[in-house]
Amino acid sequence: MPNVAILDYGSGNIRSAERALMAAGAEVLITSNHADLLAADGVVLPGVGAFDACVKGLRSVGGDQVIDTRLAGGLPVLAICVGMQILFTSGIEHGITTEGMSQWPGEVTELIAPIVPHMGWNTVETAPSSHLFQGIRDERFYFVHSYAAKTWELPPSERMAPPILTWSHHGERFLAAVENGALSATQFHPEKSGAAGIALLRNWINTLPSSPSRGK
Amino acid sequence: MTLAVRVIPCLDVDNGRVVKGVNFAHLKDAGDPVELAARYDLAGADELTFLDITASSGNRGTVLDVVRRTAETLFIPLTVGGGIRSVDDVDALLRAGADKISVNTAAILRPSLISEISQRFGNQVLVLSVDARRNTNSPSGFEVTTHGGRESADIDALEWVSQAVQLGVGEILLNSMDADGTKSGFDIEMISKVRKRISVPLIASGGAGKAEHFVAAARAGADALLAASIFHFGEVSIGEVKDSLRSAGITTR
Repeated sequence: MPNVAILDYGSGNIRSAERALMAAGAEVLITSNHADLLAADGVVLPGVGAFDACVKGLRSVGGDQVIDTRLAGGLPVLAICVGMQILFTSGIEHGITTEGMSQWPGEVTELIAPIVPHMGWNTVETAPSSHLFQGIRDERFYFVHSYAAKTWELPPSERMAPPILTWSHHGERFLAAVENGALSATQFHPEKSGAAGIALLRNWINTLPSSPSRGK
Repeated sequence: MTLAVRVIPCLDVDNGRVVKGVNFAHLKDAGDPVELAARYDLAGADELTFLDITASSGNRGTVLDVVRRTAETLFIPLTVGGGIRSVDDVDALLRAGADKISVNTAAILRPSLISEISQRFGNQVLVLSVDARRNTNSPSGFEVTTHGGRESADIDALEWVSQAVQLGVGEILLNSMDADGTKSGFDIEMISKVRKRISVPLIASGGAGKAEHFVAAARAGADALLAASIFHFGEVSIGEVKDSLRSAGITTR
């Protein structure tokens, strides 16, 4: 059974992420221990609340470095909600700009829509090549957020597989999910998205390379 | 792409047990909130709300235990309300597995509770529950009540929701104390007045008696529709409500 570590940096309700990953077929560990995070087949980066609080929390446990190290080694990471947002260069909340992890270029800004937060079940527009959305393309997923990345600014490269982008719409178009090599992210909460969310997590778990120590 | 209108069953929980019977077939234990939560998830509920009505504050632990056990099996959002008076209460519930919490009387008594909670956890976790009723002496024609609608809080309902959104609530749960229990439909006028005043999601509650009532409330601008007894007693199923909404051209999950 693949093992997944949830990066614990004091961000909100990680219990449901733990249960959903278990339901999707993973062995789950909640930890901020660097050795454990590097040894896991997959790491989930959760995040709720404010952008700056999540960045501070993550840095305070050295989680940004662990993610860098994993990605440098091609080891999968899945970021959820504000966990996804802080992967970008910066976020602006209440007029204050906070530096993010800069895994991807771009800014996270307030959603312009008649009703915010964007709260509830929405559809997504995904590419046929998506692994995460295999078999669940037409399902709805549970979103709850007031900010989002609305542009994809990573320059295309002939040497890299093109990132798979999934979009949604609430007042304006925004990124609902990204699959970029070892780094994946969803703006919605798969752990709160019922059977469709579990299926998405299972799709991700199925992409995890098995650890050599786990054997056959 | 359109956001689906949410349908939300609400369970009253007292000392860890569901009060008001629930009439699902083949329930092992009709008073077990955990089993009922799973059944409502299967029945197509978009979220679930627990209202903790435990009178004794010494027994607050029981709701935490219920939330913890429910979070083991529920993969849709769970809101918990009732008796929340402090940031620490919120912290304990979120850690136990709640996704959102709702405040009511404590926020009326001390509005700064709203900003304290939203600054710590973000406004997306915080629902303001408002028990409102018609009163021609109130500027908007609707006033806020306490004690289950028995007492006036001497606050105008529209003023209160506006102020609460400013202070940092992420969603409004609007209960009509006039319509509550009548099964004659939601208070449509109140829903549309509140909808026009605020830009956060609005959950309508009180008065649901048949599937068509939900359609009228959604048309009046409710983003989500909450009901208790008609679901529990099996008078209308969540599926029937969603069928009616869809027939009326309203998006559902």
